[in-house]
Amino acid sequence: MGAGKLVLTLLFLAALVGAVPPAAAEYADVLLNRRSEKEGMRPVVFPHWFHRIRFRCKVCHAELGFKMRVGGNDFKMSDIAEGRFCGACHNGDIAWAPDKCDLCHSGKRGLPTGIYGGHETGGPGRW
Amino acid sequence: MRVSIFQGKTIRLGLAAALVAVVSLSVLAQQGWDTLRKDGIHDPRGPGVKELQEPAEALSKLTKDNTGNQVRWVQALEKGEINPRASIRPDTKIQVYDSDVLLNLKGGMPIVRFPHRQHTLWLDCTNCHDHLFKAETGANKLSMLSILNGEQCGVCHGAVSFPLTECFRCHSVSRPGQAPKPTLPIAIPHGAVPPR
Repeated sequence: MGAGKLVLTLLFLAALVGAVPPAAAEYADVLLNRRSEKEGMRPVVFPHWFHRIRFRCKVCHAELGFKMRVGGNDFKMSDIAEGRFCGACHNGDIAWAPDKCDLCHSGKRGLPTGIYGGHETGGPGRW
Repeated sequence: MRVSIFQGKTIRLGLAAALVAVVSLSVLAQQGWDTLRKDGIHDPRGPGVKELQEPAEALSKLTKDNTGNQVRWVQALEKGEINPRASIRPDTKIQVYDSDVLLNLKGGMPIVRFPHRQHTLWLDCTNCHDHLFKAETGANKLSMLSILNGEQCGVCHGAVSFPLTECFRCHSVSRPGQAPKPTLPIAIPHGAVPPR
């Protein structure tokens, strides 16, 4: 009986520790993996913090037409090469060109598309 | 009997230790920035992490927050710590609209003051109007449930802009008779009528 309670306590502790998310991503980091891994590339990490220092939200979300919902923007490398979406800046002029594959395709394989870094509410968020 | 007291104590001690561990872990998680190698979404063996800018290098210089990216983004912008471009096309019309809207006039929480200015420094009118909010005061039925579910204000707050744990950054205007800075948790007994 005593051993049982001890095991239960240990399990409870393990569950609590497990419930704390591991140090994961910077707040608002987006991982894009709709096509990357299927095409043999690492998924893309899009860090909002990095871009926000250089551009206001309105540049990408109004001028370039990125929808404000992860997974809402369906584009391919061919779009980028033709100057749409990321390609409006990632053209070797404003930012590095798309031939620098590994700088964007830098994510961990096996992770699904989503917004990472925790929204901290633990509510029924749909991110 | 002795054994059961010992077990009870063990469990209570264990619980206390676990709580302390959880709290200190969450506090630790809020101090400093993870390196890209250790952040859990970058491939630590990939070539990208060797070249990309580390969050700490860029963010440690900006006005500090205790949540999100640990940066007060609006303040960083207003103080000139960052100077992000507002457009990349020469013909884009950049608008900043300076008008506050008071929301949640009948609720129990402090009134929400929505400042257009800070929002339009970053965003374009079309980012919210009219697909998220009608451009008419009182025409939008807002609910915290929707917001917590990633709709309305929750499209950004809780995902990319300051998180929903910061209740009083939005609920910032006290009602008559309300303490100027309420502290959580606010204990309102069931059936009690909130002050108006």
